[in-house]
Amino acid sequence: MLNPLSAWSGFLARPNDDRIKVFGVAILVAFFSAVLVSTASVVLKPMQDAHLEAERAERMARMIDTLPGLRSIMEEMGIDALQSRLVDLETGAFVEGIDPTSYDIQAAATDPERSVAIPDELDVARLGGRARLAPIYLLERDEELLLVVLPVVGSGYQSTLRAMLALEADLKTVAALTITEQGETPGLGARVETPEWQALWPGKQIADESGEIVISVVRGQATSPYEVDGISGATVTSNGVGNMLRYWLGPHGFGSFLERLREEGL
Amino acid sequence: MASKLTYLTAPLIDKNPITLQILGICSALAVTTSLSTALVMAAALTAVLCLSSVVISLIRHHIPGVIRLIVQIVIIASMVVVIDEVLQAYAFGISRQLSVFVGLIVTNCLVMGRAEAFAMRNPAWPSFLDALGNGLGYSLILVLVGVIRELFGTGTLLGYTLLVPKSEGGWFEPLGLMQLAPSAFFIIGALIWGIRARWSAQAEKPKLVLVDVEAPR
Repeated sequence: MLNPLSAWSGFLARPNDDRIKVFGVAILVAFFSAVLVSTASVVLKPMQDAHLEAERAERMARMIDTLPGLRSIMEEMGIDALQSRLVDLETGAFVEGIDPTSYDIQAAATDPERSVAIPDELDVARLGGRARLAPIYLLERDEELLLVVLPVVGSGYQSTLRAMLALEADLKTVAALTITEQGETPGLGARVETPEWQALWPGKQIADESGEIVISVVRGQATSPYEVDGISGATVTSNGVGNMLRYWLGPHGFGSFLERLREEGL
Repeated sequence: MASKLTYLTAPLIDKNPITLQILGICSALAVTTSLSTALVMAAALTAVLCLSSVVISLIRHHIPGVIRLIVQIVIIASMVVVIDEVLQAYAFGISRQLSVFVGLIVTNCLVMGRAEAFAMRNPAWPSFLDALGNGLGYSLILVLVGVIRELFGTGTLLGYTLLVPKSEGGWFEPLGLMQLAPSAFFIIGALIWGIRARWSAQAEKPKLVLVDVEAPR
């Protein structure tokens, strides 16, 4: 029967250049460091998430502020936030019975019960899967749609990109794009987050006359209303933003919802 | 006890890590554009330095020589991640401003330098004092540079306006250069010059000396 205490002091008594001691010390140090890092990460996660959530809400409010005239319309109507609804992405219909403000699309996207796999040929945003339901934000006046905001997610160079895309009432013109979350290279890809780059988006068209989604981020200068200037030195991130929009506006993303809105209205 | 205290006080000026040992310059340039980021960075580095020095000192007899640098780096890196997580939870705005520089404490020569030069050879308490002293010495320079750069670059300190800039009706013309990295070089250079002029023992002896030689005939 091996006594753990004497085994431990035997281990410590080994000379420092002993092979078992070298491996043992390496493993122990790595183990304790890993425990420390994981504990800190798990314990502090709720507080960090609260900060991120507050930041996201602030960005949403700031995006509303960048849209000309929107604040005054909202003040006129006596509301301070957009109306939030849940959409079934497959049918494009609104879902009742679930509170959209408490719906967590990130959690749903990783839950096999509440998500679907994206077919490879459609998965331009390299997501693998998406949630069945998605929250959207609307601004309407007298049953007339003024603005719709869609949450989108995609893959950049080294991180997941999340953004809010606001479309005007024609459902073809971009009103604003706000990147709400990214972890790209500081100074390069991270510039997608700057107001200067996001200011290139308003007025762009997402689809051509035939209705095909053609919006893209191009290298260098944009030459048509379907193109946005890419960021030099950050081609992968720029393409990631374009691919993200093409997936989410396409038939497997919000396509059926937008089509239903176009045909039936709210 | 009194002799142990010199571990704490010596690195403040006599053996200051930045001005004498010229360590940790990279972060000193990057995070000193405002006093608040300089303060948080200084606190973060001091915390990492103290924690890692004590831990390394406690297990120093059992760190095999062949992997000692790896063990030190692993310990320092985990402390940095913990501090980074704490900042993201309690000081979110400032952690956004510091961005990559908190993570880069891992590569700060100062932390590795003290672990290798002091903590590996001394008991925990002197190691802690040495780490705290070096952290405070680093903080002292960072805060000084941060004060100069923020005050003369924007006319504010910790966000409070002290010198009213011309654009807001005052007399002060903000020095744009102060907000750029080269100004930190100039300030640190001037500090090193001043300190070595006052405490001349710190001045390095020239490695090569020019001597007069007889002209060849």
